[in-house]
Amino acid sequence: MSTDIKSFKAGSPMSDVLRMERMPHIWCPGCGIGSEVNSFAEAVKRSGIDPKKLVVVSGIGCTGRVAGYVNFDSIHTTHGRAIPVATGVKLANPDLTVVVFSGEGDLTGIGGNHLIHAARRNMDLVVICNNNFTYGMTGGQVTPTTPNSAIASTTPYGNYEYPFSLPFLVDAAGATYIARWTSMHSRNVTQSIEEALLRKGFSFIEVISPCTTLYLRRNRLGDGVDMLQHYQENSILKHGCDTRETAIDYQGKIVVGKFVDKNKPTYLEGVDKCCVKLVGDDYQLYGKTIPEREAEEKAEKERIAARRAAMAATEAQGEEAVPAKPRKALAAKVKKAPAKAPKKAAAAPKAAKKAAVKPVKKTAAKAPAKKVAAKAVKKAAPKAVKKAAPKATVKTKAMAKAAPKKTRK
Amino acid sequence: MKTKLSGVSEQANVRSSGRYAGTKTVTADPKGVDSGPHFMDGDHAIAEGALAAGCRFFAGYPITPSTEAAERFAERAPEVGALFIQMEDELASIAALIGAAWGGQKCMTVTCGPGFSLMTENLGLACMTETPMVIANVQRGGPSTGLPTLTAQQDMMQARYGPHGDNAIIALCPDSPQECFDLTVEAFNLSEFYRVPVIILTDETVGHMHEKVVIPPADQIQVVPRNNYSGPKEDCRPYKFDSQGGHPMVRAGDGYNFHITGLTHNEKGYPVMTADQNKIVVTHLMEKINGNADMIIRLDEDQIDGAEVVVVSYGITSRIAVKAIQDARKEGIKVGSLRMITIWPFCEKRIREISSKVKAIVVPEINYGQMVLEVERNAGGRCKVISVNHCGGAVHDPEVILDAIRKAIQ
Repeated sequence: MSTDIKSFKAGSPMSDVLRMERMPHIWCPGCGIGSEVNSFAEAVKRSGIDPKKLVVVSGIGCTGRVAGYVNFDSIHTTHGRAIPVATGVKLANPDLTVVVFSGEGDLTGIGGNHLIHAARRNMDLVVICNNNFTYGMTGGQVTPTTPNSAIASTTPYGNYEYPFSLPFLVDAAGATYIARWTSMHSRNVTQSIEEALLRKGFSFIEVISPCTTLYLRRNRLGDGVDMLQHYQENSILKHGCDTRETAIDYQGKIVVGKFVDKNKPTYLEGVDKCCVKLVGDDYQLYGKTIPEREAEEKAEKERIAARRAAMAATEAQGEEAVPAKPRKALAAKVKKAPAKAPKKAAAAPKAAKKAAVKPVKKTAAKAPAKKVAAKAVKKAAPKAVKKAAPKATVKTKAMAKAAPKKTRK
Repeated sequence: MKTKLSGVSEQANVRSSGRYAGTKTVTADPKGVDSGPHFMDGDHAIAEGALAAGCRFFAGYPITPSTEAAERFAERAPEVGALFIQMEDELASIAALIGAAWGGQKCMTVTCGPGFSLMTENLGLACMTETPMVIANVQRGGPSTGLPTLTAQQDMMQARYGPHGDNAIIALCPDSPQECFDLTVEAFNLSEFYRVPVIILTDETVGHMHEKVVIPPADQIQVVPRNNYSGPKEDCRPYKFDSQGGHPMVRAGDGYNFHITGLTHNEKGYPVMTADQNKIVVTHLMEKINGNADMIIRLDEDQIDGAEVVVVSYGITSRIAVKAIQDARKEGIKVGSLRMITIWPFCEKRIREISSKVKAIVVPEINYGQMVLEVERNAGGRCKVISVNHCGGAVHDPEVILDAIRKAIQ
């Protein structure tokens, strides 16, 4: 898609959230990171958060380069240290929304200790983990998530180690929001990132993604499109799934969905609670009292809500202008959703279309993916609005019941 | 402040306005200044110095003999409005400082050798990204786990050459709890101005030694405030490769969409991985410190003019040397003293000057001979250089230094 860079740069709907002067990016054709960044950019736009207050921190590796392409304050750190750097940013200025975007080798190998401790503290971070089962930048070595028996450059006769199941790992460590998708589930990735951006606490989003150049080639698994087809055929949508059941075997089934979404005081809320007891109402952090900070937070939330409402209104308008039949039918269905968030619900199909799977090739992946994603969006959309409120409760069980057990065909 | 061992404070206050050319100093925020006379150890004085200098973020990991500084900061943080976090390890502690510095806070950590070894990874990133921070290394005997509760000065070269690649840092050596306070304030000032990690290279003895520490009133403490860029967005550059200090930081959340990376980068912060660009970056990083050495370096000199022998020392060893120097003078030997308050950048010029005038330079230090190499290099054979080494675990017996002085004039 990057044959004509100039027109691509000018025409990209993401030109305001990506550093277009840094394009073309370094990622290989068929790699999933590009579509994840696209989902991320879309989620940032849809979330209504102030892009000035967003900081993206990456580690080292292919996914580590994300920080260099997003048009926000961005820090490209050392290998594995993205989470502690992000922790520093968040604690230095609690007004900021801090996202860690990195690969599984970086986050769970060299940076594994930081990952579990940030989860344990319920540090207010959004961690997006691109899991492609390989150290791509260094040439395809085995990682902590490489399935048993898979071939990597350092396990040329097959991997004899056992992999981490990341949702299970971070769940045990204390993460309060855990979702997993594949890079085929672009709209769900967008949805999850949007939810995570609007909530407090440690959010972990794993995106299974193809490394065409190394992992797929070494294991003779075809190209990126073949892998998307594999994802489509082998993904099992299971919201609220017990994270103990999310392990991934070599070329096996991939349980996807939102597994955990619960409330627990964040690290900073814990600091406040402790210090206000000690110092009294005069307690200040960086010169601001708790009521002052709460007022600022409330005002910011209102601004976010206003931006979201404005966006929803614009999208609803656009919706009416388009006469296409099937979409109207879908919109009509969605309008039955609770009256609380009608605008949001009406916006969902349109947004879902915008975030459509990157047309690497217009083959297999598209049609069923659309069906699945649309369903998920339909289910999740009204919830997302609720999630923005701090008192959102665990809905995962109900969602699990409502959600289709299998997503394929 | 009137104690003989800490003339530094007054000096610092007098000189501070001129030291950071182009940057206005301000008086300290009274909230962090616990003015008055105290009886405290060096570790606590470091924490107090940090709070006085405006440090409001501390990320640390417990390690003897530096832990007391972290404990003091943790205890004081709520009333000052600062934040203390105990990270999962030293790797994370210094990484959090990099984040916090770009998030807008003055920040510090404390550690000793084993922790400093872990920190060298992101010390390199901090140098490369020109991130201001203060790291206190309360040295203990090594190598490895070594002597956790016993003193040493064995990390002198590690502080300078620890991170891979070429880079330069500033390091200060306090010799008393009072100086721990004074030099921590100074460390923050240098760090903010030069945008470089500044290391306080103290030792277990000073760290655990209780003495009188007088914290001056806030209006007598000059601090260099964080200089955040506030101009137009299109002119925003996180870096300026001009071999000088004083370039503003960019603060996260101010809307400038900065990018920083440990990769070789241009002034916008974007990766440019070429030999030419690396020359520009490395030259800047080195010359920013070495080229301004005269501005940065502070020395405490005594009777060097006309001396036959000069004792070059630093940290706790300089206080042991005082006894040897006094005894030698009683014996009629003309001995001068050069105490290095700033250890990095090294006082090359001054050693060159002295070496051409004296018979010998005696270098006592609690290691197998580290800074003596720098002295030898700069003396360039113009005078004898005598190392009085000590493998750590205790301070010198003054008699050993005296013997070296006696031998020096033979």
